[in-house]
Amino acid sequence: MDLSLFVIQFLNGLQLGLLLFLVASGLTLVFGILDFVNLAHGALYMLGAFVCAWLTQVLGNFLLAVLLALPVTAVAGLLVERFIARPLYARDHLDHVLATFGLILVIDTLVHLVFGPEGIAVPLPDFLNGQIRLTETLVIPSFRLMIIGAGLAAAAGLYWMVTHTRLGMLIRAGASNRTMVSALGVDIERLFALVFALGAALAGLAGMLIAPITEASIGMGNNIIITAFVVIIVGGIGSMKGAFIAALMIGLIDTLGRSYLDDLFKLVMSQDAAETSAPAISAMLIYIIMAVVLALRPQGLFPPKAR
Amino acid sequence: MNLNGFSRLAMVAAMMAAPAQLLAEDVKIGFVTTLTTGAAVIGNDMKNAVDLAMDHLGGMAGETRLEVIYGDDQFAPDAGKQVTDKLVKQDNVDFVAGYIWSHVLLASRKSVLDAGKFLISANAGPSQIAGKLCDPHFFSTSWQNDQTPMAMGEVLNRQGVQSLYIMAPNYAAGKDMAAGVERVFEGEIKGKDLTKWGADAQLDFSAELAKAKASGANGLFVFYPGAAGGAFIKQYHQAGLKDVLPLYSVFTVDGLSLPKLQEADFSGVLGSKTTNQWDPSLDNEANKKFVSDFKAKYGGYPSFYAAQSYDAIMLIASAVEAVGGDMSDPDAVQAALKSADFASVRGDFSFGSNNMPVQDFFLREVVVDADGTWTTKVVETVYEDHVDSYAAECKM
Repeated sequence: MDLSLFVIQFLNGLQLGLLLFLVASGLTLVFGILDFVNLAHGALYMLGAFVCAWLTQVLGNFLLAVLLALPVTAVAGLLVERFIARPLYARDHLDHVLATFGLILVIDTLVHLVFGPEGIAVPLPDFLNGQIRLTETLVIPSFRLMIIGAGLAAAAGLYWMVTHTRLGMLIRAGASNRTMVSALGVDIERLFALVFALGAALAGLAGMLIAPITEASIGMGNNIIITAFVVIIVGGIGSMKGAFIAALMIGLIDTLGRSYLDDLFKLVMSQDAAETSAPAISAMLIYIIMAVVLALRPQGLFPPKAR
Repeated sequence: MNLNGFSRLAMVAAMMAAPAQLLAEDVKIGFVTTLTTGAAVIGNDMKNAVDLAMDHLGGMAGETRLEVIYGDDQFAPDAGKQVTDKLVKQDNVDFVAGYIWSHVLLASRKSVLDAGKFLISANAGPSQIAGKLCDPHFFSTSWQNDQTPMAMGEVLNRQGVQSLYIMAPNYAAGKDMAAGVERVFEGEIKGKDLTKWGADAQLDFSAELAKAKASGANGLFVFYPGAAGGAFIKQYHQAGLKDVLPLYSVFTVDGLSLPKLQEADFSGVLGSKTTNQWDPSLDNEANKKFVSDFKAKYGGYPSFYAAQSYDAIMLIASAVEAVGGDMSDPDAVQAALKSADFASVRGDFSFGSNNMPVQDFFLREVVVDADGTWTTKVVETVYEDHVDSYAAECKM
């Protein structure tokens, strides 16, 4: 096997995994602590992408646009929490699904009305538009390295916050036993709002990072939200560590599946059959893994302790 | 009470329907395209072209009033078939036109043809419909899927490209496109990737681009229509493949992706080559009028999707006019459509034995026009009066 190609594919998988983690971490926080199913998490991801794309076109600077778009998506998260999620906390999951599915349609249509159907391309500054030559054969686009860097930084920041701050302590406590936390006199409403906003900002960040690669487009959130749910189910709902490991796993499996599965299949079947079935199977791989995890360990690989 | 309300409603409905019955000569055209999801950008361009064609016609085909009813296929075969059924059964249209996607067209064709209506594809050209599934009531104002990539294969041969890597979406048209270039290209195919397609299409091509580069091919052939095209070009540009792995594309760099690429200043796309049966710079009266009026009305170049949609409406109007608006004799309408007596924006236009166009294919290059807008111009004619490869399989 070509080693440098493998390294590149590994980095590609890592990049996809880290983006997934950014989306899944917010989802797992909201689901684990608030016990709220937020299908519209993907719409916040799309919103982040569009706001950032629009700001980039207005300001002419991608990095500045990201810095400004982050608080905007956090505020959007706060609004969603206050007006849609909060009245529904006491209701069951089906009501959450219904409301947030409606919210997806509303946000999609709003974006359609404001930005048009065609999506927005995001220009990058020159230093991010090139490639970095790691060795003679190992060349990787610099922006993808930046995504890896930003993803790792966000993961490290989250880890520090969850394990070393008072807010993190409350989040962990909330994930383990919500009722007890509020019984101890913690303002649970404020904590919930903060967690929701944090999740929205993380999803928005993922959208901002992917937009220069795929463009900001309507419905982009619907694709990733399903994968993000797979991640939190595999990782264990409410677990940050589980989301991180499962996201990297899913990202790597998806990318490596797309890279090598057809070569593997060609060993046992005709070229035509391999070419057609490999992409279909590699698209299914992550769901197969989810099914296996659900069968053998329904609580996920790393469930939070003492739920 | 309930019954009362219902019968009153029925009476009102009957009264409202009455004037429409009196003007039975109105000919209705259903136009199915994608008006939601990211692919709506294509659908909107086609809708704009249809509206422009209706403007140019004054809404009339001779003495007959034309009416267009749009349908949204949501980029999915099941939704496309549903909306086609609605147009055929509920709206009782005479023609169903449009269809961007081959898998949507394949799913919808029976609904139209079994009802005895006419089906006009303004884009999709799956090999099945050109061959075994051909039908006297089906016509195309676009091409058979394989033809455009075949023209690209011919260009590659002429330029002496030795080996090729192929990337296309994993659906009916993607497979046809790959088959088309493979049929003509004489060099070595180093590898091929078919990627996930549909409303949740794969848009991040990092793994595939890395494979393509590592394969050591001399060229990269791609087919990524709509929004995926812009995304692909960006990643190709970001991966710095321009000098290592020259790009040869079909239906990827077009009037829809170029404005966005220009906005984001992806100058890597300038000079890239693509094949097509139409170009905004084609020198004929119909095309000049179409392009200049389209630019005046919508503020940008039309895409080939728009050109084909404009032709579809003009073809239908010519047939309706030829039969004097009398849709009662399908054979007369069929013959009128087949004669293709209209001024196509691509110049010469006629139908082959399987009702696919017999037409020229051009090599186009991305250039900057006099106003500084990125567009394409014709470099050379690759094929003249090209007949698709499936015509022989069509028995009708």
